[in-house]
Amino acid sequence: MKLWEIAHSRTGDKGNISNISLIVYNPEDYETVKEKVTAEVVKEHFKHFVQGDVRRYELPGIQALNFVMYGALGGGVTRSLAMDKHGKALSSFLLDLEL
Amino acid sequence: MKKIRIGSGAGYAGDRLEPSIELIKKGNIDYICYECLAERTIAIAQQNKLKDPSKGYNELLEYRMEKALPTAFKHGVKIITNMGAANPESAAEVVRTIAMKYNLKGLKIAAVTGDNVYDNLNQYMDLEIWETGQKLKELDGEIISANAYLGIDGIVEALRQGADVVLTGRVSDPALFLAPLVYEFDWSTDDYDKMGKGTLIGHLLECAGQITGGYYADPGKKDVNELWNLGFPLAEVDEEGNALITKVQGTGGRVIVDTCKEQIVYEIHDPENYLTPDCIADFSHVRVKQIADDVVHVSGATGKQKTDHYKVSLGYKDCFIGEGEISYGGPNCLERAKLALDIVKKRLAIQNVVLDEERYDIIGINSLFNDNQDQYQSPREVRIRVAGRTKSKADAIKVGNEVETLYTNGPAGGGGATKGVSEIISVASILIPKEDITSHVVIKEVL
Repeated sequence: MKLWEIAHSRTGDKGNISNISLIVYNPEDYETVKEKVTAEVVKEHFKHFVQGDVRRYELPGIQALNFVMYGALGGGVTRSLAMDKHGKALSSFLLDLEL
Repeated sequence: MKKIRIGSGAGYAGDRLEPSIELIKKGNIDYICYECLAERTIAIAQQNKLKDPSKGYNELLEYRMEKALPTAFKHGVKIITNMGAANPESAAEVVRTIAMKYNLKGLKIAAVTGDNVYDNLNQYMDLEIWETGQKLKELDGEIISANAYLGIDGIVEALRQGADVVLTGRVSDPALFLAPLVYEFDWSTDDYDKMGKGTLIGHLLECAGQITGGYYADPGKKDVNELWNLGFPLAEVDEEGNALITKVQGTGGRVIVDTCKEQIVYEIHDPENYLTPDCIADFSHVRVKQIADDVVHVSGATGKQKTDHYKVSLGYKDCFIGEGEISYGGPNCLERAKLALDIVKKRLAIQNVVLDEERYDIIGINSLFNDNQDQYQSPREVRIRVAGRTKSKADAIKVGNEVETLYTNGPAGGGGATKGVSEIISVASILIPKEDITSHVVIKEVL
């Protein structure tokens, strides 16, 4: 099962840091996602992008996780060579993760 | 209990105008805020001001105000915006001219300045650049702008002086929305719980359509009604800082807990420590509840004491990026695309084009996710994209040229070549002491 089946996500950026949320549709899936989608798992999934750390934050009141990926955007929106300089599409890449 | 209704008129510099007019007319709102300054926008605005000292404000200011100003005047709605960009004073003059044309007698227009610290940069040359850790004097590239992210002070002062329209330069995005709450509810700026709550409301509204169903739809999975007719959000806020997020009835989009959740987490990094000039907001225990169709109750934000520093964003002339693209389709198109990329790579090398960084993408295969090109089968059509960064404009031009020459010299069936060169203005940040900055308010009245 892909993460896309049970969760949704949105990407934002600050400089060279990508910030990807992960929100479960059904609160009952929050514990599963917390257990399976660790910072290590996400760092491995994004190994093509992320040069620095991946940190995970929890927002239990809204059953959400927030992944902050350092050195992830080829220098950031102002100087990245990528077509998607903000890394907006990375939320979809996270949801492609097989659980 | 007193309640204030604030609408969000724009989520970025070039956003749509009609949804904000709809909000002013039908939203029963007290304020409308237009957030129009991205990280680098002000550096580009500063360059426009250098060319013409009367310019340097948002390019859509006249277009927006021609419609919004008379409508807001009629409905008693105050306007707050950072469309002043690099030149809030000129922006205020532009707004005054439009107000006179529509005979909006008594309208007060405020320009808030103080964010521009470009003339004082010499004293900050030994400060560390936040992104790289190097000293500011070591930055490789001419600095063309330096603007502090100010907080609410100038906007609140403008409102106290009776302003109906407030034009700022660089302020934090949530400050545009927090300021009217502080003014209306007479919140103490040391009440960090309230500052945190108000900051959350600003954070939720600042990207406009991103909380009403924009940037959310995924057909069959996350459906949104009439996305083409997306309504922009408004918040009804009580004195305690709790809010209802909603939109004008009859517009497209949806306000549901899931659209709100996506926007709560958007770009905040550490939810317990969301840094703003007015407080360190804590969103870690925010809660949302659907209380009616398109109405979500938001609560649970708080805040901590603000830092002693302002973040200053510096725009500098960094480099040139040259780009070129060309498409291939039909049987075996992926192999032709790979051959094309290989040719461009070799051509750039034999011409001694010096690139500090380069990128060879196949759109349709790996341009978004950087994966290995060999793990996918050929789709119906693909497009190659080559991009290179260099300090030399002449070398940057060659990148696009080498893609274009694939027309007659490359693989079969290449079509739709495009090329371009951009001068790249990048952004670096430093933190400066808050006591170094005072904001100023100038009011112009329509007589």
